[in-house]
Amino acid sequence: MIEVVGLHKQFNKNVVLSDLHLNITEPGIFAILGPNGSGKTTLIKSILRMVIPDKGDIRVLGKDVKKTSDYRKQIDYLPQIANFPSNLKVRELIRMIKDLRGKTEKEARLIEQFALQPYLDIKLGNLSGGTKQKVNILLTFMFDSPIMILDEPTAGLDPLAMIQLKELILEEKQKGKTILITSHIMSFVEEMTDEIVFLLEGNIRFKGDIQTLKTDTKQSDLEHAIAILLESNHA
Amino acid sequence: MLLLKVSAMGIEVCELCPIKSIQRAITTADPGDTIWIKKGTYKEYNLLVDKPLTIVGEDYPVIDGEDQGEILRIVADSVTIDGLFIINVGTSYTSDHAAIRVVKSSDFIIQNVVLEKLFFGIFLEKSRKGKIYHNKIIGDAKDEYNSGNGIHLWYSHNVLIANNIVEGVRDGIYLEFADTITVTENISRKNLRYGLHFMFSNNDIYTDNEFENNGAGVAVMFSKYIKMYHNLFKDNWGTASFGLLLKEINDLEIENNLFNNNTVAISVEGANRVNYLNNEFRSNGWAIKVRGACYKNLFRGNHFLNNSFDVSYNSRINDNLFDGNYWSKYSGYDLDQDGVGDVPYRPVKLFSYIVNRTPETIVLLRSLFIDILDFSEKVSPVFTPDELVDKNPLMKAI
Amino acid sequence: MQLLYYWKVTMLKILKYSFYDLARSRWSYIYFSFYLILALVLLFLNNDLSKAVITLMNVIVILVPLIGTIFGVMYYYNSREFTELLLAQPIKRNSIFLGQYLGIALSLSLSLLFGVGIPFVIYGLFDSAAIWDFSLLLLTGAFLTFIFVALAFTISLNNENRIKGFGYAVLLWLFMAVIYDGIFLMSLVIFEEYPLDKLSLLGTMLNPIDLSRILILLKLDISALLGYTGAVFKQFFGTHLGYLASTVVLCLWTVIPIFRILHKANNKDF
Repeated sequence: MIEVVGLHKQFNKNVVLSDLHLNITEPGIFAILGPNGSGKTTLIKSILRMVIPDKGDIRVLGKDVKKTSDYRKQIDYLPQIANFPSNLKVRELIRMIKDLRGKTEKEARLIEQFALQPYLDIKLGNLSGGTKQKVNILLTFMFDSPIMILDEPTAGLDPLAMIQLKELILEEKQKGKTILITSHIMSFVEEMTDEIVFLLEGNIRFKGDIQTLKTDTKQSDLEHAIAILLESNHA
Repeated sequence: MLLLKVSAMGIEVCELCPIKSIQRAITTADPGDTIWIKKGTYKEYNLLVDKPLTIVGEDYPVIDGEDQGEILRIVADSVTIDGLFIINVGTSYTSDHAAIRVVKSSDFIIQNVVLEKLFFGIFLEKSRKGKIYHNKIIGDAKDEYNSGNGIHLWYSHNVLIANNIVEGVRDGIYLEFADTITVTENISRKNLRYGLHFMFSNNDIYTDNEFENNGAGVAVMFSKYIKMYHNLFKDNWGTASFGLLLKEINDLEIENNLFNNNTVAISVEGANRVNYLNNEFRSNGWAIKVRGACYKNLFRGNHFLNNSFDVSYNSRINDNLFDGNYWSKYSGYDLDQDGVGDVPYRPVKLFSYIVNRTPETIVLLRSLFIDILDFSEKVSPVFTPDELVDKNPLMKAI
Repeated sequence: MQLLYYWKVTMLKILKYSFYDLARSRWSYIYFSFYLILALVLLFLNNDLSKAVITLMNVIVILVPLIGTIFGVMYYYNSREFTELLLAQPIKRNSIFLGQYLGIALSLSLSLLFGVGIPFVIYGLFDSAAIWDFSLLLLTGAFLTFIFVALAFTISLNNENRIKGFGYAVLLWLFMAVIYDGIFLMSLVIFEEYPLDKLSLLGTMLNPIDLSRILILLKLDISALLGYTGAVFKQFFGTHLGYLASTVVLCLWTVIPIFRILHKANNKDF
């Protein structure tokens, strides 16, 4: 589904990704973890070709991302900070994204689920952070693409919305999608994901399921296991 | 001969009269006679008036010269020409054919004459004590080289030129070596070159004339003791046009004239002891352009309204006095409320100084940089003449 | 062909949304009302259409570039997240940036057109001889908008730091509107011994602000003031060649920054 070969990216002199290989072939939920500045977002953005890599190839569903923009139709992306054009109303933003991506009927259900009905005619600039994130989620989940990329999806959500989000993600997983998630909340990761991709200093330090990670590091919870990974690097 | 005379009062000329031609009438007439020319068309030219006669047209009889040459030549004193319509004066490159020429004569009156399709109009040569009154000269001149002047005076003096309309000729009114002439209430417009042009002519008075839309404007050169009052200089708008050009002039009085919408209202070079009083300069490119060698000139009580440049100077030396004028660009204040600004006004802008030096810089006209430059020069003058200020600028146009 | 069509459609969609976004922005109304009030005041004070056109020219050749620059930079930085949202969509980068650029340039041009146009039309522009001068004024105004918004976009694309980007953009405006003329003036004065017709013509052609100013000046009655130099200019700009040359120059000033935008946009990380 997603194939990354020899990816290299540096911003000025700061090497963010170096010779990174990643191959995700099966459906499931993948957590991309790592400390700040480890290149998580750069990796995601490279897949979406928002960042142009210096070296390396990326294929999504067999298509070279350099050559086409069409492959992005197969990806639903939830950006980290949902800062939308402030003069647009929620309803207009939804209409616009639909206009750009294609038809969908799913948004009605999502609006109801996140109780966004009262906000539809409010300008995005006047929404609270949490509501904005709900709109963000709505925009991502209203399409049915085989791949989802969620960058910090839980940011700013209240507990109820958090539960709803988890349900949504699981529902999508049931459909056999490949879902990439970055998050700082370990409990969320532990609960949701099948596999972990741990990035450190521009490379993949660990790739495998949570159980394997725990066994390898001889830790009983994920947070500590991650800490061990970080420490072993310093050693 | 006696039989032909209709009365002692005069001779009648008409198609059915005993005398059918003007030439014949003139030959027949005794000195002091009046010739009445009835309505009709008379194809005649080279008419010589060699005795004192009064030639009067009734209902504007037409004298058609058929482009053969001069029409009427007056070589006697006390001749009056009145009410004729003269057309088709012959154009020549070798002699200045005129519709009416007065040669070495005095006490003539030329009035109510209409001239069309002419070369030269009324031409005075070494004549004096005459009147050119209420004539209308409408030319159709296209090029300077083969056109003549409307009213042309050469070595003549004591002549009154009044209430004439001259248009479409080379120079509307032309005076050369013509002294003590009074030019008043004439309208001179749409002429190829100058509305009024005079050289080497002294002690003349110009009042209440209108000079409008002439190719170059009005030129006054090599003359002295001239008075110009209440004239209107208007719409002389072209790359080389001006309202009034003064060159090598002394002792002029220019008062109460209106200069409106000329490229350069007054262009001065070598003019001394000229008093500019109470004139109005409105919407000109340059109000006053001083090209050099101007001494002891006085500008007082003039109004400068919305000119692109009020005063332009090509040197830093100033021997002229600006005092008590109104400047629409003046932005000073009047704390003591005496109607006179408390801060002096500097009429010369830095940009006009630069343009004088390097004319091509005019392409920067109305650019922001120039505005900034002028402003900084206004705040602290470096380039423009220090003493060139109006110390008593008026707060209001009176 | 299919691809081109698709590209065009998405670009027009982006244009539409950027345009809507701006059409509701408070700033567009401020810009619009500024021109409306300016034109009204000018007409009220002058009572003469062609005089008002002259004064308006002074304002337009300076302010339009400034406002285009500031708006361009502001819009770019303010809509960064929106841009990122679009980048994740199946849309070509070219269409995103071209769409946004055209959206802002068009909405600014329309603000100018209506802001200045409405008062003049009410005042009887269509019955006036000034209509051609006025049209030329608006045309150059539109050109200047397109040029300076493009330049502003180029600058902001090259500067992540918005304060820096803003600074460079204002500096660029300052250079084009003021400093350039200073250098121009200096070189004319320094080389005054030599024939300057060609130099002054060249200097004018190279700066879109100067070119616009001269084009309008020559159309207006005021051209007589330009004297001999003006005659040379008139001779050049009066011909088809001159018109063609100035149009080409203005187009180049628009197109080159647009190519810079597209090139940079295709190689930039977000």
